[in-house]
Amino acid sequence: MQPETALARVVDSALTGVDPPLLHPDYVSTRLRAPKEPLVVLPPSLSELTGPVYGDGPLSETDADLTRQHAGEPLGQRIVLRGRVLGSDGKPLRGQLVEIWQANAAGRYDHVVDTWDAPLDPNFSGGGRCLTDDDGAYRFVTVMPGAYPWGNHPNAWRPRHIHFSLFGRAFPERLVTQMYFPGDPLFPFDPIFNSIRDEQARQQLVSEFDLALTTPDWALGFRFDIVLGGREATPLEEAHDD
Amino acid sequence: MTELALTPSQTAGPYLTIGLIDGPIGNRLVEGSDPRAIRITGVLLDGAGDPVTDGMVEIWQANAAGRFAHPADDREDRLLEDGFWGFGRSSTADGGRFDFVTLKPGRVPWVDGRLQAPHLLVGVFARGLLKRVATRMYFPDEEAANAEDPVLLALEPAERTTLVACAEDDALRFDIVLQGTGQTTFFAV
Repeated sequence: MQPETALARVVDSALTGVDPPLLHPDYVSTRLRAPKEPLVVLPPSLSELTGPVYGDGPLSETDADLTRQHAGEPLGQRIVLRGRVLGSDGKPLRGQLVEIWQANAAGRYDHVVDTWDAPLDPNFSGGGRCLTDDDGAYRFVTVMPGAYPWGNHPNAWRPRHIHFSLFGRAFPERLVTQMYFPGDPLFPFDPIFNSIRDEQARQQLVSEFDLALTTPDWALGFRFDIVLGGREATPLEEAHDD
Repeated sequence: MTELALTPSQTAGPYLTIGLIDGPIGNRLVEGSDPRAIRITGVLLDGAGDPVTDGMVEIWQANAAGRFAHPADDREDRLLEDGFWGFGRSSTADGGRFDFVTLKPGRVPWVDGRLQAPHLLVGVFARGLLKRVATRMYFPDEEAANAEDPVLLALEPAERTTLVACAEDDALRFDIVLQGTGQTTFFAV
């Protein structure tokens, strides 16, 4: 008879990594959606040492150029967005699927749930994807998303942002996050941005304006690097059964 | 060697379908005509018992032989299958319901070499989730394997119950409860 494996429990709010806690009451939607039971800490078996590899799955050239997915060009400030996807050891992650989505220049999403009275743009859907190259680099062309109001609290506005999704090298490294733009005046008022407790970690989500990436007479350039790894589930203290 | 600081997580928000669902990755891991095809469905529920209609569920699994389509699984005595990459995602826009067509994975080893029962790794994203939450789905017709699964054995009976799907008509039903009574057991991975 094999001895039973004991699995540690950890209270989410005691996790010390860079990620925000599940429950962040200032962001009202977390109140009914954040799981409250302690998490069961799983050591990585083959199930967790593996994860999806997009490989040579379908991609088209316009997937990475959100300004060329329709008959005409979308309105707004054209931008080039470039960065590298790295492991926490600094190694470039090649062949990573990078998926993005965003509001249009007016701050409106092309989505049935977004009913804010700002114009839709018939030339902008707001979704894109590409694979990183041998240097771990990705590149998108899109337009600067607008800020938009939301119902979280009176006069709540989201800072301009672009959603990013990455697989990482294995299931635990999966990351969905948001990239912001430098100097946004809405940062101090945004409970989602401020759900990340550490100031330095928050700054990891702010892209940098890059004049070298800025294309003369055409588009502004912004740089945003992404570092993936295990989610640092190191508890400050463990929950005990007794 | 300097460890780089990880990029932190943020919520996928309510519009995730634009980037993640309206693309090439779908909820059918095998053709419905595949004799091995099974359907897995369930509802994503919040702490008030209401369906979460702006979420997304992802699954990751081994193939029928118990092999993951990933370089870290180099057990060549188990064959990979062309066209089966083991990953899928489903929106919950239809009344909180998610839906997959896939096949039952084979058994894969635990960290100490014991075999795990067939299972799917499950990730959930939604507005109000500042990071992914992760769980596992086990199969109701694998009683013997479930009874010796190292993860299930380490859980309380009530926790274990939340991870085993139930047979319903022509599908396996696996509801995911984010909060409150009957909360699904979630893992730190």
